[in-house]
Amino acid sequence: MAVYTLKEAQPAPSSNRGLFFWLRENLFSDITNSFFTLLGCYIIYLIVPPLIDWMIIDATWTGTKEEIVKSGARWIFIIEKFDQFMYGFYPEALHWRPNLVLLLCAAFIVAMKYVQHMKIKIAMILLLPVISFILISGGWFGLETVETEQWGGLMLTMIVAAVGIIASFPLGIVLALGRQSHMPIVKSLSVGFIEFVRGVPLITILFMASVVLPLFFQDGIDFDKLLRALIGITLFQSAYIAEVVRGGLQAIPKGQYEAADSLGLGYWQGMILVILPQALKISIPNIVGSFIALFKDTTLVLIIGLFDVLAMVTLTTSDTNWLGFEVEGYVFVTMIYWCICFSMSQYSKSVERKFNTEH
Amino acid sequence: MKFTKIALLLSSTALLPNLASAGTLEQVLEKGIVSCGVSTGIPGFSSADSKGVWEGLDVDFCRSVAAAVLGSADKVKYIPLTAKERFTALQSGEVDLLSRTTTWTATRDTSLGLNFAGVNYYDGQGFLVNKKLGITSAKELNGATFCIQAGTTTELNLTDYFKSTGMEYKAVTYDTSGQTIDGFKKGRCDAVTSDASQLYGLRLKMDDPNSVMVLPEIISKEPLGPAVRQGDDAWFNIVRWTLFASLEAEELGVTSSNVDAMLKSKNPSVMRLLGTTGTAGENLGLKANWAYTIVKEVGNYAESFDKHVGKDSPLGISRGFNKLWNQGGLMYPMPIR
Amino acid sequence: MKDSQRAPSSHVLLNSSEKRSVIYQLCALILVFLCAYYFTTNMFENIAKRGITTGFSFLNETAGFGISQSLIAYSDSSSNYLDVFVVGLLNTLMVSVIGIIIASILGLLLGIGRLSSNFLISKMSLVYIETFRNIPILLQILFWYNVVLAALPSPRNSLDYLGSVFLNNRGLQLPEPIFESGSLAILIAFLLACVAVIFLSKWAVKRHNLSGEEFPLVKVSLAILILSPLLVYFLSGQPISAEYPILKGFNFQGGLNVLPEFMALVFALSIYAATYIAEAVRAGIQSIAKGQTEAAESLGLKKSIVLRKVILPQALRVIIPPVINQYLNLLKNSSLATAIGYPEIVTLFSGTTLNQVGQAVEIILMTMAVYLTFSILISLLLNWVNAKMEIKGR
Repeated sequence: MAVYTLKEAQPAPSSNRGLFFWLRENLFSDITNSFFTLLGCYIIYLIVPPLIDWMIIDATWTGTKEEIVKSGARWIFIIEKFDQFMYGFYPEALHWRPNLVLLLCAAFIVAMKYVQHMKIKIAMILLLPVISFILISGGWFGLETVETEQWGGLMLTMIVAAVGIIASFPLGIVLALGRQSHMPIVKSLSVGFIEFVRGVPLITILFMASVVLPLFFQDGIDFDKLLRALIGITLFQSAYIAEVVRGGLQAIPKGQYEAADSLGLGYWQGMILVILPQALKISIPNIVGSFIALFKDTTLVLIIGLFDVLAMVTLTTSDTNWLGFEVEGYVFVTMIYWCICFSMSQYSKSVERKFNTEH
Repeated sequence: MKFTKIALLLSSTALLPNLASAGTLEQVLEKGIVSCGVSTGIPGFSSADSKGVWEGLDVDFCRSVAAAVLGSADKVKYIPLTAKERFTALQSGEVDLLSRTTTWTATRDTSLGLNFAGVNYYDGQGFLVNKKLGITSAKELNGATFCIQAGTTTELNLTDYFKSTGMEYKAVTYDTSGQTIDGFKKGRCDAVTSDASQLYGLRLKMDDPNSVMVLPEIISKEPLGPAVRQGDDAWFNIVRWTLFASLEAEELGVTSSNVDAMLKSKNPSVMRLLGTTGTAGENLGLKANWAYTIVKEVGNYAESFDKHVGKDSPLGISRGFNKLWNQGGLMYPMPIR
Repeated sequence: MKDSQRAPSSHVLLNSSEKRSVIYQLCALILVFLCAYYFTTNMFENIAKRGITTGFSFLNETAGFGISQSLIAYSDSSSNYLDVFVVGLLNTLMVSVIGIIIASILGLLLGIGRLSSNFLISKMSLVYIETFRNIPILLQILFWYNVVLAALPSPRNSLDYLGSVFLNNRGLQLPEPIFESGSLAILIAFLLACVAVIFLSKWAVKRHNLSGEEFPLVKVSLAILILSPLLVYFLSGQPISAEYPILKGFNFQGGLNVLPEFMALVFALSIYAATYIAEAVRAGIQSIAKGQTEAAESLGLKKSIVLRKVILPQALRVIIPPVINQYLNLLKNSSLATAIGYPEIVTLFSGTTLNQVGQAVEIILMTMAVYLTFSILISLLLNWVNAKMEIKGR
C-alpha cells in the first residue's frame, strides 16, 4: 500500500524569485518595457543627482553672505529670514503668542482624542478660536494690540486657511441642506449662490471683497483688509463645502430619513441627530480634499496685497542686502506647502481606506 | 443672508467695527488715530523696514497730519494699498487720507470722488536703462521693450510719447513696482519707465546700481500729492494746510531743532505759523499749536525731503522743481494769516 | 423632509408643514431681499455722495495703453476699453485652449503610465502626480516665471535652433507663416479632406455594423488629412512662405513671438491640471471590472483590441466628466496670470482698466460674468456628454 505523506513546501524555483526575477518581471519583461525603464533611469539621472548636489552637498548652511563659496543652495538666506517667513512683520518680542496658539492647537487635537464628555468637547471647540484670536491680535487682558497689517508669513497663511474652513463649514452645511430642501425658493437661492461662486475664479471674488465690498456698507463701517479677504474666502469655500456635504447627504440611504421621521423627530432634530453625523462622516475625505484646495488657494491673497508666506519670497528678496535669493525662497516655500498638503492628502486617503473596509 | 451672518459674526469678534456718521475729523479724533493709505513699498516715499516700521516722504506727510490733528506723529495706522485698491480704499472710508505717490489728474480729481489737497512732490516720468545698451537718450529707444506698472499714468504717457516721436515700443505690464523692477533685472525688458523719483529708488534695488542709469529726458508732468474724499471740506482744509505749514516752516527757517526757540520769535509770520498769535489752528478746528507739533515731531518739508529722498538718503535726489518758490522751485505755500 | 406625507393634524399655522415651509421660504426671501436692498442702496448712496462716475460708458473711451499680445487689431492710441475687454477675453481663451490640449496629452500619458506594469514608470508617474498636485498653482506660475525663465539668456545670446527658432528671456521667436494668394486653395483642400473623413468614418461604421469587418480608419483618415493639402500646396506653387525672426536693435523683429508670460502660464497650468487628469484616467480605467478584460480575452481578442474596444469605451464614461471639470478649473486658474502680467481678462480688465477708470463695481461684475458664461457653457457641455454617454438599456 502506498503511503502518501505530506511533502514539505518547496521554495519557488530560483528563476521565480530573488532580485533578478523581480527586475525581469517588473522592469524588463519585453523590449518596450526595457526601453521605458532605461528612459526612466535616464530621466532620474538627469534630475536627481544635480538636485541633491544643489540642495545638500553643495549647499551653504552657515556663515554670512560674504563667505559663500559653494555653488549650491544658500540656505543661510532662509535661516536669516526665517522669522519673516514664519511671522511676517509680527513684532519679534511677541512671537511667543502665535507659537502658543500652535501649541494650543496641538494640545486641542490630542485632547479631542481622550476627552469623552460631549459638552467639554463642544466647549473646547468654541473656546479655541476665541482664545487664539485674542492671543494673536491682542487688545485684551493687557496684551499689546498687533494690527492685522503686521500679520504675515506662514502664520497668516494658517490663519486664513483656518478661518476659511471653520467659518465656511456651518455656512456650507446650511447651503447643502438648502440645496437638498423641498422648498423651491430656498432651494433655488442655495443653488444660485453655490453655482455662482463655483463658476468664477477665487481671484475675482477676492477683488470683489477688497475693492467692491467696502462700497456696500454705510460710512463708518469699515472692514480691515484681512477681514475682507476672509469674508471672500469664506463665501468661496462654503460653496465647495456645500457640494461636498451634499454628496454625503445623497449617499445616506432613504431608510435613514424615514427612520428619523418615524421616530417622530422633526426636520432639524432628524438632521442633526441622525443624518448629518453619518453624512459628514462619509464626507471626511472630501472635506479634507476641499481643505487642501483651500490651503493652496490661500496663496492668492498675495495678489490683493496681503503678505502670506509666498509673498514673503518677494518681500525678503527685495531686501537690498539679499538680492537674488529667489530660488532658495521659492524652494523653501514649495517644501512647506508640499509637506503640509501631502500629509493632509495621505491622511484623507487613510480615512477613505478605513471606511472602505467597513462596507 | 448668509453674507451678513458672516459679516456680523466676524465683526462681532471686534476686528474693526466702528459706526460713526460724523465728518472725518470727528471720526479721527474719536478713533485717536489717522488711517493713512500708503504704497506697498516705494523706497523714499513709503516703505516698511524689516521690523514693519514705515518711513518716507509720504509717510512723513501722514505723520504731519496726525501731529496736527492728534498732537502726536505716531498716531498713524498705515494701510499699504496696491494701485488697484487705493481709490476704493479712500472712497469707502477705509483710509482717511491717501498719501501714496498719486498723480493729480483731471479724471481722478473729477470722476473718482476724491480731491487732491496739494502737491508734495513735483515729479516727471523718466527711463531707467542698462548702461550696457550704450544709450544716452530716450530718442534711441525705438523698438525697445518697457516694463511698466499697470494702471498708472505712466502707462498712458508712454503711449503718448512714442506716438508723438513716431517710434515703436513693446510694453510688459506688471501689477506692482516690485514685479516691475524684477522683470527689468531679469532682462524681460530693455528699460523701466516710471516717475523719475521712483527710478532712483528702483536703481538701488539692482544688484549693482552702477550698471544702470536714468536717462535725462523727462516725458511728462507728474504732480504727486495727498488726496482726500470729496465732500468733506473741513478735513480737506486740514490736509491742505498741513502741507502748507511744513512748507511755510521751511520758508521761515523753522526746523525741528530750533522750533522751541522760534516760539519766542518776534517775526509775525513765524508767530502766526506757530500759533502764538492768530487763529489759524482754531479756524481749522485744531489746536493753536498744530503747526508747532508738525515741525516739532516731523520737521519741515526740507527736513523730510533731505532725510528720505534728498541729500541725506541713499536716493540722493536733488530738490529740482521741489525747491521753494523763492529758490527757483515750484513749492509755494499759501500765506498763513 | 417627509413631513408632507403626514396628515395635517392641526390647523395651527406653525404645525402645518406646508404652511410652515411657506413661512420659512418667505422669511428667507425677505431676508435675502433686505440684504440686497441694503447693499445696493448703500452702494448707490456712496457712489452718489462721492461723485463717482457710474455706468458702462467708459467702454467707449480710448484706452491709450499698450498691450503686449493681442489676437485682434489693437492700437494703443485709438482702441477703446471694449477692445481691451475683447483682447483680454481672447487671450484667456487662447491660453486655456493651449493649456487644455497639453494637459490632456500629458495627463493621459501619466494616467496610463501610472497603471503601467513597469514598476519604474508607474512610480515615476506617481512621484510626478504627488509632487505637482500638492504645490499651489500660483507658486508654480511664479516659479516658472521668476526662476526658470529668468535663467534664459538675453536676445543677443539667444539659444538658437536651426537659425530660425530662438529662445531668450523675451520669449520664443518662431518663423511666422505668410499666406500668399494661392493659400486659399490649401484651406479648401483641407476642409474638403475633413468632410471626406467624416463621410468615410460614417461609411466605415456602417460597414462594420453590417459585416463586422474592420476598416483602418485612423490611418486612412490621417493620410487624407495630411496628403491632400500637401498635394495642393505643391500644385499651387508653394504659396506659403515663412518670415524668420531677425535680431534688430533691442529685440527680434518679425516672426511669431511667444511671450515668456504665456509660456510660464501654459507650463504651470498644464503641468498642474495634468496631475488631476491623470488621476481621472487612472480611476476610470480601474473602475472597469476585471471580468470585462477577462471576458474579452477569452473571446480571443488581442490586447490592443481589448483596450480599444472594450475597456476605453466604458472607462471614458467615468473619465470624461471629471476631466471636463478640470478644463473649467484650468480656465479659472488662468486668471492667476495677473501675478505675472500676462494680458488676459483679469490682468487687463480687472487690473489695468480698473486702475485707469476706477469703476470697480462694473468692471469686476463684467469679469465675473465672463467666467460665469464659460462655466455655464461647460456645464451644458457636460450635461450633453453625460446624456450622450448614458448606458442605454436594451
